[in-house]
Parts: sequence; C-alpha cells; structure tokens
Amino acid sequence: MKSLYYLVRRNLIGVLGGIMLLGFIMIAIAPNLFSSYDPEEFVGMQFSPPDDVFPMGTDLYGRDIWSRIAHGTRISFQVSFLSVLFAAIVGVVLGMVAGYFGGVSDYIIMRFMDAIFAFPSVLLAIALVAIGGSGIESIILAITIVYVPIFARVARASAMSVREREFVTAAFAAGVGSPRILLVHILPNILSPIIVQMALRLSSAITVEAALSFLGLGAAPPTPTLGSMLSEGRAFMELAPWTVLYPGLALALVILSVNLFGDALRDMLDPRLRGTL
Amino acid sequence: MSSYLLRRILFIFIPSLLGMSILVFVIMHMIPGSFVDVLLGIGTDISEEQIANIEKAYGLDKPLATQYFYWMGNVLRGDLGNSLRTGKPVVGEIISRLPVTLELTLFSVILTLLLAIPAGVISAIRRNDLGDLVARLAALIGLSVPNFLLGTLLILYISLKLPGKLPTTGYAPFSEGIWENIKSMILPSISLALGMSATVMRMTRSSMLEELRQEYVQVARAKGLSERIVVLRHALRNGLIPVITVLGIQIGYLMGGTVIVEELFALPGIGRLALNAIYQRDYPVVQGTVLFISFVFVFMNMLTDLSYSVLDPRIQQED
Repeated sequence: MKSLYYLVRRNLIGVLGGIMLLGFIMIAIAPNLFSSYDPEEFVGMQFSPPDDVFPMGTDLYGRDIWSRIAHGTRISFQVSFLSVLFAAIVGVVLGMVAGYFGGVSDYIIMRFMDAIFAFPSVLLAIALVAIGGSGIESIILAITIVYVPIFARVARASAMSVREREFVTAAFAAGVGSPRILLVHILPNILSPIIVQMALRLSSAITVEAALSFLGLGAAPPTPTLGSMLSEGRAFMELAPWTVLYPGLALALVILSVNLFGDALRDMLDPRLRGTL
Repeated sequence: MSSYLLRRILFIFIPSLLGMSILVFVIMHMIPGSFVDVLLGIGTDISEEQIANIEKAYGLDKPLATQYFYWMGNVLRGDLGNSLRTGKPVVGEIISRLPVTLELTLFSVILTLLLAIPAGVISAIRRNDLGDLVARLAALIGLSVPNFLLGTLLILYISLKLPGKLPTTGYAPFSEGIWENIKSMILPSISLALGMSATVMRMTRSSMLEELRQEYVQVARAKGLSERIVVLRHALRNGLIPVITVLGIQIGYLMGGTVIVEELFALPGIGRLALNAIYQRDYPVVQGTVLFISFVFVFMNMLTDLSYSVLDPRIQQED
C-alpha cells in the first residue's frame, strides 16, 4: 500500500498510463458496451466522414470504424497477453533449470535460446505464420517462441543469484529435492523481474501482432485488427484519411499506455532503476 | 584479449550460428505444401514417378539430417541454391538487394545518432527541467509509434501533401542521381530511426545521469574544468559504453524492421526479397535470406559484445 502511494505521488505519468490502460482493457473485454454497431456489418455509406452517427467515419465497405477499433483492441490484448504469458511460463521453466543446475543443461538450453534470439523477431514470426497459416493462433505461437529466450535469460540470471543464497543451501542441506527447491524457494524470489519483463514485453507483442496483421498475416478478414485496418485504409488514405488516422491513433495510444504502465511497474518493483530511464 | 576473442567465437558465436542454421532448416521443412507442388504448380496432373524423380533430383528422398549437412556444405562454399521462381542463384539475388538494405540501415543509424545522443545528453544535464520532460515524452511517443504506422503517416502528411518533393514509394538507384536516391530513402529511414532513437536516447540519458554522479566528474569540476569539457570529454566518453551496446542490438533488430519498411515503401531490399519469397513459397530464397539476416544479427551482437570489452577492459577479467 505504501508503495502504491509512492507510485501515485512520484509517478503521475505512470498512473495516467495505468488509467488509460484500464480503459483500453475495459473496451477490450466488452467492446459491445462501447460501440453500437457490428464491426463486420455494412452499416453505412462507403467512406462516410466522421459525424454524429459514425464518430470515426466508415470504411470502404461502410463499416463503422469505431466499432472495428473497439473489437480490434480486443484482439490486440488477447494475442499479446496470451503470448507473453505462455512465453513467460516456458521461458521461466527453462531459465530456472539452466540457472539452477548449471553445467551442460545450462549450456545446451542457453545456446538453443541464443539461436532463437538470433532471429529478427518479425522475420521469425513471419516464417512461423507461413508454416502455421495466418491467423490468431499462429501469431500467438510465433510471439511466444520469439519471447521465450528473453524470459529464459532473465529467469536464469535471477535463479543463479538466488541459488547462492543461504535459505537455498539450507533447504538443500535439509534434503529438499530439486523440483521443490525450484518451485518453493527459487520461483517466488525471481518473480518480480519476470513480472516487470512481462509488462515491458506486452507493448512489443502488441506491435508485432499489428505488424503481422499489417502485412496481411494476421486474423483473416473481415475480423477487425488494428494492423489490418491500417493496411486496408492505406490505399484510400488521401480520399478518406480517417480510415488510417483513427486505427493508427488507437494503436499508438494502446502501446503508449502499456509502455507507461510497464515503466511505472518497473520503477515500483525494481527500485534500483527508479527514475533512471 | 585474443584468447577472450577466441573463446567468444568458439563457444558463443559458432554454436549460435549452428543452432540458427538448424532452426532455419527445420522451419523451412515444416512449411505445408510440398516442394514439388511449388515447383510444378498445385493441381497439375503428375504421376508418382515424376514426383519421385524430382525428389531424387533435389535430394528430397534422403533423411532430413543428410539433407541438412548437404545444404550446410553448400552454404559454406557460398552456394545458397537457386530461386525456384527465377532460377537465378540466391547469393546473387541477395547481393543485388544488399545495397538498398545497407543504405537504409546506414541512414537510419546516422539519423538516430544525430537525434538521440544530443537529446540524451541534454536531457541528462538538464534533469527534470522542461527540455528534459519534452525529450522524455518525445521518446515515449517514439517508442509507442510502430515503424509501419509512422511510415504510413509520413506518406499521408508529407509525401502526399507535398507532391513531387518526396516520392511516396519506390527506390531510385544511384544511376538516377544521388539526390534522387537520397530522396527515396528519407521517409523510410525516418520511419526506422524514430523508434530506435527513442531507445538510444533513453539509454544515453540514464547512462549520463549515472556517470555525472561519479567521483571523477566531481574531481574534473574541482580542477576548474569548464562544464562543457567535463560533460563531453569526461562523462560522455564513459557514458557512451552502454549506449554502444544498445545501438548494436538495435542495429541487429533493424534488419527485421527493414522487412516491414521495405514492404511499405516498396524498396527492393533484402527484407522485401524474404517476404515475397515467403508469400511465394520460394524455399531456397527464404532459407537464404533468413539465414543471411540472422547471420548479420548474430554478427552484430558479437561485434557489440567485443566492442564492449575493448571499451571497458574490466569485462574480460570478470570472465
């Protein structure tokens, strides 16, 4: 509670980001509450400029852009939350094993992680989507694989330092088995850098999803995603700039809010870095 | 130094490259739709015998491991195979596209350095004053606008609003004149540079803040050196070390970013080559370009790693 107060007092921007993020998450959870049209329905004239009926105008097919943005936000969060969560779980397991046991298992796991890490993430994701076919599941799988090494590295480094602490030695001396030491003694002590990393990665996961959708490798049309709306609007943006402006603005604000929140969370959980970045 | 270098190359660099090549190979062989379909066109009426002949001709009837070693053997001899579409060697295709990607990368890095380092230093010196606040806010916005969004907005608001000044898409080779060439690169490089500048600026700022707290800076000030010399000659020199690391990693990532920006601006670089090859299932080209881009990435990481130890000799001793 004390640190929450500290956060509000010191990090007003972070708090604003958190509130903004909360707003977007609410839209993502219940997009129908905030928008009045079916995002895939042709409800108006083609390219109606923003007015009272369609606050952000309509697109090529006369679909309401605001409703599409609201539903697109849902996909952005779904994909990024799930992929970061999966990546964290797999990465933490691998990283803890590597860091705790060291030796050969460490070497093999980490070289494998380096190999994945060596791929430019967007390219690896594109290649994986090419294998799995475009669609949300492939994107989630792709981002998960791309991010596993990041979590493995963080978990490994933290596990290595926690391993040397006395309570671990004590547990070991008391005859506690390795799985239990990892789960009960190591894991809780390495959680905060992992959580910080999850928050920081969330925004890049949103970016990667949008980039893949932008390239036409995301959810199949007519499903609205922020990236695909941008690329669909691009051909007509001189005629109807609102078709790219609003989806673009929404995407940037979503990423900004996640970034602000991530920074604030890091300041709170990792005080050594407070105020440096 | 040399043994440190050797160890890094032997135990980190080469295994990373090997692992990466296996990964590229396995991924390519997992893509659905067989090689034969791509070669002959799906749905063509072909006999089992013809398929077997083609598979034999390309060595596809051998076990996967054998195929891998065969492929690696060729790679090491500089042969990445031929494109299924054009029939030309993949190495040639990559080399012909390389200048565009290199130019794009170079311009973006120069822009980033010009923008990010001064902004980071000024932001650190004037901590918490208005300039600092503006710079940090700008960096946050830079981090939050993906390159393809920025590129789209630049086309909409600069290229389309000022017709004839900067091309919307397309690449002008040097043969059309240096100025035409540079003009076709301006918007794409800005699209890539902004996000990178934000990261580098934040790192410069935090690193400079750290250095300015050090005792040697106080000593320099106590000696009566001007603030300019204290900041530029003393603090900045040390402060740039972590910045170089971040920049190196960012340049590696840039190779991935060029895929999207080249596609957006229709620049005939390596990223676009890779992307089109993926769409067309042109296996040898995909394999070759992905391998090449990943190699550059690993190589950049290694250079960064090494430059770090040259700049800060303590790193080697810890090892």
